[in-house]
Amino acid sequence: MSKNFTVHLKYWRQNGPTAKGYFEERTLDTVNEHMSFLEMLDVLNEELQLEGKDPVEFDYDCREGICGSCNLVINGQAHGPKKGTACCQLHMRNYKHGDKITIEPPRAAAFPVIKDLVVDRSAFDRIIEAGGYVSVKTGSAQEANARPIEKETSDIAFDYATCIGCGACVAACPNASASLFTGAKIAHLSQLPQGQVEQSRRVVAMVDQMTEEGFGDCSNYGECEAVCPKEISISAIAEMRKDYVKAVFS
Amino acid sequence: MPSYLKAINSQVGRKFMTGITGIGLMLFLIGHLGGNLTIFGSAEAFNIYTDKLMSLGPLLYVIEAGLAFFFLYHTILGVSIWLNKRKARPEGYNEYKTRGGASHQSLASRSMIYTGTIILVFLVLHIIHFKFGADYSTVLSESGKEVRDLRRLVIEEFQKTWVVIGYVGVLGLAILHLSHGFWSAFTSLGMKHGDTSKKIQTAAYAFAIVIMAGFIFIPLYIYFTGGEGSLIAY
Ligand code: HEM
Ligand code: SF4
Ligand code: FES
Repeated sequence: MSKNFTVHLKYWRQNGPTAKGYFEERTLDTVNEHMSFLEMLDVLNEELQLEGKDPVEFDYDCREGICGSCNLVINGQAHGPKKGTACCQLHMRNYKHGDKITIEPPRAAAFPVIKDLVVDRSAFDRIIEAGGYVSVKTGSAQEANARPIEKETSDIAFDYATCIGCGACVAACPNASASLFTGAKIAHLSQLPQGQVEQSRRVVAMVDQMTEEGFGDCSNYGECEAVCPKEISISAIAEMRKDYVKAVFS
Repeated sequence: MPSYLKAINSQVGRKFMTGITGIGLMLFLIGHLGGNLTIFGSAEAFNIYTDKLMSLGPLLYVIEAGLAFFFLYHTILGVSIWLNKRKARPEGYNEYKTRGGASHQSLASRSMIYTGTIILVFLVLHIIHFKFGADYSTVLSESGKEVRDLRRLVIEEFQKTWVVIGYVGVLGLAILHLSHGFWSAFTSLGMKHGDTSKKIQTAAYAFAIVIMAGFIFIPLYIYFTGGEGSLIAY
């Protein structure tokens, strides 16, 4: 059995989108290295509830890095310190006795706080609605090799398609730009034949929607790629730019 | 498909144009440095070069207007991108740290707006300093033509300590702007991440240092040789 250790938490509290937020602090003495970060927060909430206080709201679903619900900014880094890791898969063994841990929601005008650490990411849904789909009729499932696609291309498409929509890219970007998310959603479709038909319309509509939602411009900081739990390359942004320029001249 | 006007004002278009104008300005810097280095040519080379420029007449105005447009457009885009980030994140983080790794966040990339603003202020002072500086004249030996003696002005000015400190300081800061800008411009124009990108980042450091070392060498050389070093012919 590993020994329990202590961490000092400082977490954001906010009652609604327009309410004024503030930090609350609390020391947890029963943290175990086998806990995930979110399990550590479960322990916090248990303590709070036993004292009759409101639990700290935070988003999660799968807790295995595939749904994109969790999106905490931990000590100033989206999803915390570990490369390619969503914060639900971050383990407390990455912390030691006496650590101070600050937890904030992703901060962006386009992601209004619903409560505490939970933000409204429906701006992402609207970007997808604007064009992140294919409407060509592909019929029922064919034999997979009927239309050969180079392995290299399908790998690239798949890499972009692994975006789980967590919004860490926005959270970490100094400009709060949504370019990596939007780029990944555009680029995974533009690699494949099904995506070609609507390619021009798609890239313009999605870029427009991203702007309309109030995300910032991309300054090529590349911080998005560094924090993305799926390590999606900023090449996705390059693809988006290329497709956009093509659309303008088509 | 979208109108050109709409495209150029989209987030992709704005970044694209930051890159295009940035590359245009970098090309201008290469030309400008080439011209400056004629000061180390024959005794009249620099004045012949500046006289050639000034006798371009209307074409010179077109070039100047083009340059001014590039500077202005680049500045407007840079400032508006910077202003937009405040709108996109009205409430900042209490704590913020880069993750490192793939990130290109650095002193250079974070200070683009500051180094850019310094370059802009410098640009205005620089034009006042030389273009509207003392109007000496001299006669070219070969053609007998009377031309402006800018070479004398340059050599005189770069013997003043505060002038040299100012030039060297600003040009040194410009290394930061270019070392991120060069790489960033290619990225804005659609360069993918990977090996090429790494090479371009190395090229960016080299370009920034070589170009600015070239500009910086001139005032330093004149200052420390009192304008009488062996590279300067009389
Ligand atoms: C000789 C003068 C200049 C050169 C060669 C130059 C070059 C560049 C280049 C190549 C870039 C990268 C463009 C991109 O990311 O696509 C850049 C970015 C930038 N420049 Fe300049 N620049 C110059 C002057 C200025 C001036 C006068 C300003 C005025 C404020 C400025 C502000 C900026 C800013 C803020 C950025 C970053 C834009 C962003 O965040 O996306 N620059 N510059
Ligand atoms: S690109 Fe990466 S960081 Fe951004 S939403 Fe998708 S998975 Fe999350
Ligand atoms: S909770 Fe599903 S990815 Fe973290």
